This record gives sequence, C-alpha cells and structure tokens, in this order.
Amino acid sequence: MSLDKDTVRRIAFLARVRVPEDALEPLVGELNKIIGWVEQLSEVDTEGVEPMTSVAEITLPLRTDEVTDGYYSNRVLANAPDNKGPFYAVPKVID
Amino acid sequence: MTALLTVLTIAKARDGLVAGDFSAEELTTAHLEAMGSKRDLNAFVTETPELALERARASDARRAGGDVRGAMDGIPVAVKDLFCTEGVLTTAGSHILDGFRPSYESTVTANLIEAGAVMLGKTNMDEFAMGSSNMTSYYGSVKSPWRGSEGQDLVPGGSSGGSAAAVAARVSMGATGTDTGGSIRQPASFCGIVGLKPTYGRCSRWGIVAFASSLDQAGPLTRSVRDAAIMLGAMAGHDAKDSTSAPFALPDFEAALTGDIRGLKVGIPKEYTLDGMSNDIQALWDDGVKWLEEQGAECQELSLPHTKYALPTYYIVAPAEASSNLARYDGVRYGLRVNGASIDEMYENTRGEGFGEEVRRRILIGTYVLSAGYYDAYYLKAQKVRTLIARDFRQAFEVVDVLLTPTAPTAAFAIGEKTDDPVAMYLNDVFTVPASMAGLPAISVPAGLDADGLPLGLHLIGRPFDEETVLRTAEALETAAGFTARPDGVGA
Repeated sequence: MSLDKDTVRRIAFLARVRVPEDALEPLVGELNKIIGWVEQLSEVDTEGVEPMTSVAEITLPLRTDEVTDGYYSNRVLANAPDNKGPFYAVPKVID
Repeated sequence: MTALLTVLTIAKARDGLVAGDFSAEELTTAHLEAMGSKRDLNAFVTETPELALERARASDARRAGGDVRGAMDGIPVAVKDLFCTEGVLTTAGSHILDGFRPSYESTVTANLIEAGAVMLGKTNMDEFAMGSSNMTSYYGSVKSPWRGSEGQDLVPGGSSGGSAAAVAARVSMGATGTDTGGSIRQPASFCGIVGLKPTYGRCSRWGIVAFASSLDQAGPLTRSVRDAAIMLGAMAGHDAKDSTSAPFALPDFEAALTGDIRGLKVGIPKEYTLDGMSNDIQALWDDGVKWLEEQGAECQELSLPHTKYALPTYYIVAPAEASSNLARYDGVRYGLRVNGASIDEMYENTRGEGFGEEVRRRILIGTYVLSAGYYDAYYLKAQKVRTLIARDFRQAFEVVDVLLTPTAPTAAFAIGEKTDDPVAMYLNDVFTVPASMAGLPAISVPAGLDADGLPLGLHLIGRPFDEETVLRTAEALETAAGFTARPDGVGA
C-alpha cells in the first residue's frame, strides 16, 4: 500500500493538522518510506496470536464511582487561551 | 570547594550532608554556578534557581531539626520538561504548549519533592519525546558536553538529551527522564552516564505529558549505578491516580547492590549483532561478557527471534498512541491558539503551527494506521507481533536472569546528521525498543570509549519488576569497566 497526495491531505484533515500545499509532496515521500519499512511485519506469521492489549500483567483496578476531585474551575481554566466566565471560549460553532 | 561539589555522586553527597561537610544550600549553589557556566549546551528550557535555593534551605532547616527524608534530601536534580511542575513552565519541547504552567505537580516530581530533592530546572528534550537526538526540540538542539574528534558539536541523544547533558556536564547530580523506546538509555549511552528505565508500572505516569501510554515510563539518569538505585527509590511507587501503576511495595533498590553476581545466568541474544555494527561496540560487548564471567556469572548465547520486528512494530504502536494522545492539543484548554474562521480552522491552524515536523509525521502515521480500512493491516498486526516479542523475552527469562546487549548501534553523532532520513534516525533505538515493547526494566551503563574517544554503553534487560537484579548486574559491569572518562572541561 502506498499513500498519494490526496490520502495525505485527507489524513492531515482527519488529524486536524494544517499542512501547506507545498509540504504535501515531501510528506508523501517520507510517509511512504516509513510505511514501506513497517510493512515488513507482513512476513511475520501471527495466525492465532492474540493482540497485546496490556504490557503489564496486572488487572486494572476498579474503584467506587464517586467524585474524589474537582470544584476548582479557576485552576482548570488558568491556562485557557480564551475563556468567558467558567467556560472555554471557541470560535462560533452553531449559526 | 564549589568545583569539587559538582563532581560528587549522589551517594557521596548524601554522606557529605550527613557528616556536615557542606550544606544543601552550598551544594545547590555550586550546581547553579555550573548551570550558568554551561549555558551553551542549551540543556535547560527553564532554570529555577530561586525555587532551588528555597528547597535547599528548607532541606538544611529540616536536617538541623533532625528531620532527614532520606538519601535524596538536599540533592540537586534536573527535571525533564515532560513532567508537569506546579506553577513552572512545562513545554514538552513543543511550541504548542507555549506558556503552559500546570496547576498541579506530576506524581514522580511530587515524590522527589517529598524526598527532599532540589529541582534546578526543566531540561530540554525532543518535542513530545519524539526523537533520538534532541534536534526536534522547539527550543533548539542540545549540545553534548562531549565533542567529536575534530571538535564537532555532538548530539546528546534523545529524547531525554537535556537531562543527560546536564548530568554528564556535572550541572546536575541526577535528572529525571522518560523512556518510550530508549529515550533514557540511548542518551545515557551517548553521554557516558547511567540511565535506567524501570518496569512499566513502576513509576506513575500521572502528570507526565503523554506520548505513547503503553510504553512511557519515567526513570533516573545519574553518574553511577548506586545513584540510579537511590533516585529510582525516590521516584517510584504505587499511585492510585495512574491505573497502570503497579500496586507493589518498593524494594530497597540500593540494598540490592551486594556486589555478588556469582551464579547469575546472563543471556547474550544473538539477534543483537547487526551487520555493519562498529568493531568497537562488538569488542565492548565481548568485554562485558568477560567482565561478568570473571565475577562468577554464567553467560550463554540465546535467541530472541522477533527482535528485528520490534522497531517497525514500535513505529506503528507508538505513533498510533501518540496521534490519540496529542489530539488534546486543540488550542482550547492550554498553550498555543492560532485563530481561524471556524472551530475546525482554529484546530488546524493551531496544530499546523504548533507541532514540529517529526511530531507532525508521527501524528499522520498514527492517524493513517488507525484509520478505517488500515487498522487491521497495521495496528492490529503490530499488536500481535508485540505479543510475540514479549513471548520471546518470557521464554528467555525461563533460562536466564538478565540479558546483556549494547545500548545503541553507534556512539553520538554530529548535530545535523541523520536529519534527512527518518528511518535512519529511528535505527538509533534498535537495541532499546524491544525491552520497551515488553515493558521490561533495562539500564545503560557507561562501559568504554570508541576509537574517537566517545562513550559507549552496555545495556542490561531484566524480568518485570526485577530492577534489583538489573542494578546488581549493572554495578558489576560498572566496577569492571572502571569508566572514569569525562568530557573536556568538565569537573576539572
């Protein structure tokens, strides 16, 4: 499989990363080189092998579903580029 | 006096503080002076001298009152700029975190504060820990305190390159790093110091800027194995705020350094011999075998058949996780915002401008391998191969106690090299990535110099949660190697 310019433009949009038009072509080359290199995995026989879902052989703990933290919106908002009262402000979403 | 203080190990500084030979404030002041004289290395993004002096004085006051919090009390350390530090700029080496001052402290750095350690500043690093050279930092390359045979500026390795450079330059007694595929061990090898990646789950990831959550693990960079044991003890421990943090009591890592490795079984994986690997590295590896055998260990060759697939597996899994983790940088909650006419445009502009080229490449690769139609072919396949890589190690550890390999396939290279080919750069981590994929503890120990006089490390990999054997074996290597070389102009 190899990526073309349109595919790179599409995944850049999916990732919401603006890529200037003149940077697309070099990226096509770089990404294809990486993808071509990782494709060597296809030669590994993984028939019947379970995909790894956790590297540590530890069962994830459960806890009671209760509020243990919070009630400090000022601290949460302290780094916001823009906020209105206790809310984050963003460009208009709904007309 | 000041110059002498900066060449001490943490263990020796602890003894000096106990004996009253010097104060924590004197120790910190000496290191702040060294920091000022080594600014050309660009090892720090943020220096925190006032905070350091305040904590050093508090340590002295505690000690005067008979309250000493252990071996790290009053010890100056540097903190990789990937750890959130309350009120102190935290950048992850990225433009997109411009101005970010966390309102909380990461668990690892909180543990260090609790242990009395003194933070000197936040160290430079590859952007979001993605790199093996420190050349991808928004804040510029870090220079290694070592220089090439013709005086060239060398990379310190990465991604914890600022931390490694600071420790090697005797600016800091130890430093925190994080290791996703080799980011503690490879810079330790390049800079001639010790770097320990503990078992996945040993140190809490809470408050560490996430790169690849199934791989990221914090650990110490120090100038001796004993110091690594001491510092790990202060960083590690169970944390309810990280669900992958191991609920185990911490052993006394320093007590594991018995100096006795008689009967230890050491595996030498044959797949770690690469075509074109330098003779210096092969010879050093052979020395390592000899050194361990001379101290009573039994070395045997064995096979980890899926080794060659670890790196390509990593370059599917890590970018996939990174593309998900880095989705949070959207210009809304913290850091950079670049405005646009719509919210989508604002996201795209912010992320287009805020991420550097290597981070952008990995986000795009990750997005691609997780996208509809490709998930099974790439991501699921990689997770299956990862199972096989972990199985290789499990089977090896039924036969041996620890594995010995080189840390990196080369010594440090010049700043500016390997920038035109991402895959060539990725090969730096060919020996460190397999242990990361299996979540195993591993350490790099400075063991010799190559023909150009540059440091080379040997690498030990252990069983899960058996840092003690790794450290004990590492100390045996350290003792036999007798590595005393220092970069020119450092600690003289």
